[in-house]
Amino acid sequence: MTTLAPASAVAVCAYDDLTPDLGVAALVEGIQVAVFRLDDGSVHAVQNLDPFSDAHVMSRGITGSRGEVPTIASPIYKQVFSLLTGQCLVTMDKAPQAGHAADLAVYPVSVDNGQVIIHLVGTA
Amino acid sequence: MTETQQIVVVGGGMVAHRFTEAMRARDTEGRYAVTVLAEEPRAPYDRVALTSYFTGKDPEDLALGDPALWDDSLVTLRRDAKAVSVNREAREVTDVHGVVHPYDHLVMATGSYAWAPPVKGGDLPGVFVYRTIDDVAALRIYVERRRKELGRTVRGAVIGGGLLGLEAAGALQELGATSTVIQFSDRLMNLQVDEGGGQALSRLIEGMGVKVRCNTATDAIKPDKHGHVGSLKFADKGEQLVDVVVFATGVRPRDELGRDMGLAIGERGGIVVDDTCLTADPAISAIGEVACIQGACIGLIAPGNTMAEIAVDRLLGGESTFPGADTAAKLKLLGVDVASFGDAFATTPGSLELTYADPVAGVYKKLVVTDDARTLLGGILVGDASAYASLRPLVGAELGGDPAGWLLPEGAIERPNVDLPDEASVCSCNNVTAGTIRHAVTDQGCHEIGEVKACTKAGTSCGSCLPLVKKIVGTELEKSGIELSHALCEHFDMSRAQLFSAVQVSELRTFSQIVERFGSGRGCDICKPTIGSILASIYNEHVLAADRAALQDTNDRVMANMQKDGTYSVVPRVPGGEILPEHLILIGQIAQDYGLYTKITGGQRIDLFGARLEQLPSIWKRLVDAGMESGHAYGKSLRTVKSCVGSTWCRYGVQDSVGMAIALELRYRGLRSPHKIKLGVSGCARECAEARGKDVGVIATDKGWNIYVGGNGGFTPKHAQLLVEDVDDEAVFRLVDRYLMYYIRTADRLQRTAPWQEDHEGGLDAIRAVIMDDSLGICADLDAHMARHIDSYEDEWAAVLKDPERLRQFTSFVNAPDEPDPTLAYVEQRGQRRPANDAERSSGAVLIAPSRLEVRS
Repeated sequence: MTTLAPASAVAVCAYDDLTPDLGVAALVEGIQVAVFRLDDGSVHAVQNLDPFSDAHVMSRGITGSRGEVPTIASPIYKQVFSLLTGQCLVTMDKAPQAGHAADLAVYPVSVDNGQVIIHLVGTA
Repeated sequence: MTETQQIVVVGGGMVAHRFTEAMRARDTEGRYAVTVLAEEPRAPYDRVALTSYFTGKDPEDLALGDPALWDDSLVTLRRDAKAVSVNREAREVTDVHGVVHPYDHLVMATGSYAWAPPVKGGDLPGVFVYRTIDDVAALRIYVERRRKELGRTVRGAVIGGGLLGLEAAGALQELGATSTVIQFSDRLMNLQVDEGGGQALSRLIEGMGVKVRCNTATDAIKPDKHGHVGSLKFADKGEQLVDVVVFATGVRPRDELGRDMGLAIGERGGIVVDDTCLTADPAISAIGEVACIQGACIGLIAPGNTMAEIAVDRLLGGESTFPGADTAAKLKLLGVDVASFGDAFATTPGSLELTYADPVAGVYKKLVVTDDARTLLGGILVGDASAYASLRPLVGAELGGDPAGWLLPEGAIERPNVDLPDEASVCSCNNVTAGTIRHAVTDQGCHEIGEVKACTKAGTSCGSCLPLVKKIVGTELEKSGIELSHALCEHFDMSRAQLFSAVQVSELRTFSQIVERFGSGRGCDICKPTIGSILASIYNEHVLAADRAALQDTNDRVMANMQKDGTYSVVPRVPGGEILPEHLILIGQIAQDYGLYTKITGGQRIDLFGARLEQLPSIWKRLVDAGMESGHAYGKSLRTVKSCVGSTWCRYGVQDSVGMAIALELRYRGLRSPHKIKLGVSGCARECAEARGKDVGVIATDKGWNIYVGGNGGFTPKHAQLLVEDVDDEAVFRLVDRYLMYYIRTADRLQRTAPWQEDHEGGLDAIRAVIMDDSLGICADLDAHMARHIDSYEDEWAAVLKDPERLRQFTSFVNAPDEPDPTLAYVEQRGQRRPANDAERSSGAVLIAPSRLEVRS
């Protein structure tokens, strides 16, 4: 993955520490990020905050797919989000908590030297 | 319409309910307000199901329709408000409290009263009639009191061998009294069945332990030396010792108000109305049993409901008229099916009777057909009335084949497949035709039986037509090429039950293999947990083993219940609710050490809230070390077996309910299922464990245990239904094993036992046949499957604590494993903490931040 002059790139764990389809949370400069390694080997990072419950739990959701899009479902009220764009694909007829957008922030992530690196600049 | 018109309904029975319900459903402009004056101190209830009051039902179970009807702003229900006079000039009704109710239109729906012949001794204590909840409750109290006073079984007698008499005899049996039916006529139910049917009925009823005495007139009821009912004296000089007598000698219309206000009264009573249910006074209608329509009063609910609908239709400007009463009836009396319909006594000139009798099996069937044996005119079915739903709508239509097909036991000759004509009435209670049901499917988009019921009301009263409704809906769906979709989600076209078989037969054990073979894509939050649950049910391997952790739903994934702020609650197992003091102390100590909010659950255990993901292993280590284990409060699995204290301590207990509850809980702990499962065990009939609100309820009797199945609390509460009576411990285990395993294999995803049981083809009877008579030949397989589960059980928390690989999952952050989620915030309430709300967070009122909690590890 190529990104333009990242302001901050933080290594959070070894790629081999990640279990396929089982997310983890990482604390990156005070921001909670949910990191997923999928069955196909790809790695994705989104905000750990679930906008529909205001709890930091997205890393504990179930991964899957809607059509061709890889997804993550909130473990609290089961909204489904795209892991590629962060877009909320299924709202379960609910609105996000006050002050939050329905979509998730997506963070660029790369694997370098066996380390998973989160790039905080980009989307926010 | 400018002003709302006032309707007053005198009487608060089933027909009054139907009138009010139909008016509110059809009067969309709010032209009429309805006031119902009920004599009884309760809302209208299902009088037809009165006997079920003895089989453990509460009065609320007899409630009719949606209780919200009585909250409608255009409906007023006055209970305990018998109408005592009507002033037709002023258009006013006065009730027993002197309250005056003005009306624009008056509907008389006073029904009937139970009539008892003037027999000497008819006023002794111990003589009852059988008509209202209060009658039935008084009978129950009297029988229970006399049993204690006499110290032996109470002897009961029912005078009258008609429909109501047999109901009453059944009620006496339910109360533990013996019963004798005294019938004046030469056979039971002489209005509905002929001689052959009466004989079959007598044999079947006597087989249930009820004595039958036909051709007997009662001369007097004689008191015992204390002045209670003591014996019956018959016209033939015979005598019989009895302790309680129930008169079921028929009903008479309650037409006294009609007489008082000068309305025309029929020859045999009843307020005379025309085919539109109007009396000679255009401001007064009469409906139901009090109405004398086409020259007679009719004591059946279906014509009463029809009259209510007609009265409503006419008030709203409709044109409907009374089509004549359908006196067809299908009943289950003391477990015996009896049905009678159409010209049951072959009064049509030239009609032929075809009969089939099997005295050994206790079956009698008769069809009455036209002289060419082609057209059905009526029939009688005793002992096996399964053909009733199909036959009754065919009255007047061609049978389309050999009529013998309908008489012989099912399968002996193929029954002709007849398409009902559109105008054939399918649901006589609600007057719904086959055409209406077809229309609901084809034009109103109803694709499920529930939708058809809601849309047409077919099958919503007595339910006897439901098999036929289902068949019509199925045929219609097939014709229009609509297939009911059972697909689990976009990744699997199969239902859960199909997937269960597929996984079992293919012996595939990972999600990726299963989705590759039977599905598509990468799965989702619906199919992954379903497959996780199916694999756990089949193999009973650890839910976090191999690639399974990623399949598990929110709670199973970390074996704790996620709360709204992302922390968890912890519930150790407390089998049967029996707990050692040292375990109680430990739980309290843990709660104190970790600052957990503590609450007693509804399932007799203790819930500790607010534990963070990374705290779960250390909390569980302390519990497991002290000998406690996972309570599976997080799983779609067995939760708890609730019990009362039972015979070991209780003064009333007749069995060791705690012992049974613990045995059941240890037997089924860890059993994964389509939805959560709860059991209850009560030590006597007082039912303090509320076992009938559980998926499986076991209730002690003095001979063993009664098993009830399919009870649920939750959104649509259901009482469990009786599966079997008076069985021993071994049979409890065997039958509950099979019931649960059969449910696990065949239920839909997130379908609890009550709807599963209801949707199961043939309902509870068919399930009983599967698990008791082995009708599918799978009992050995179910038994072996459950035995495997019991043998392979291990505490999943103890297993995780031993496995460093799995423990890695219980960290807050992959790069800061012990750092608590910094956003958690709590306030104190009633001496404990709870998550802070938005206002408290922004005002800075947060008292406890998690990082300040001292954690012992």
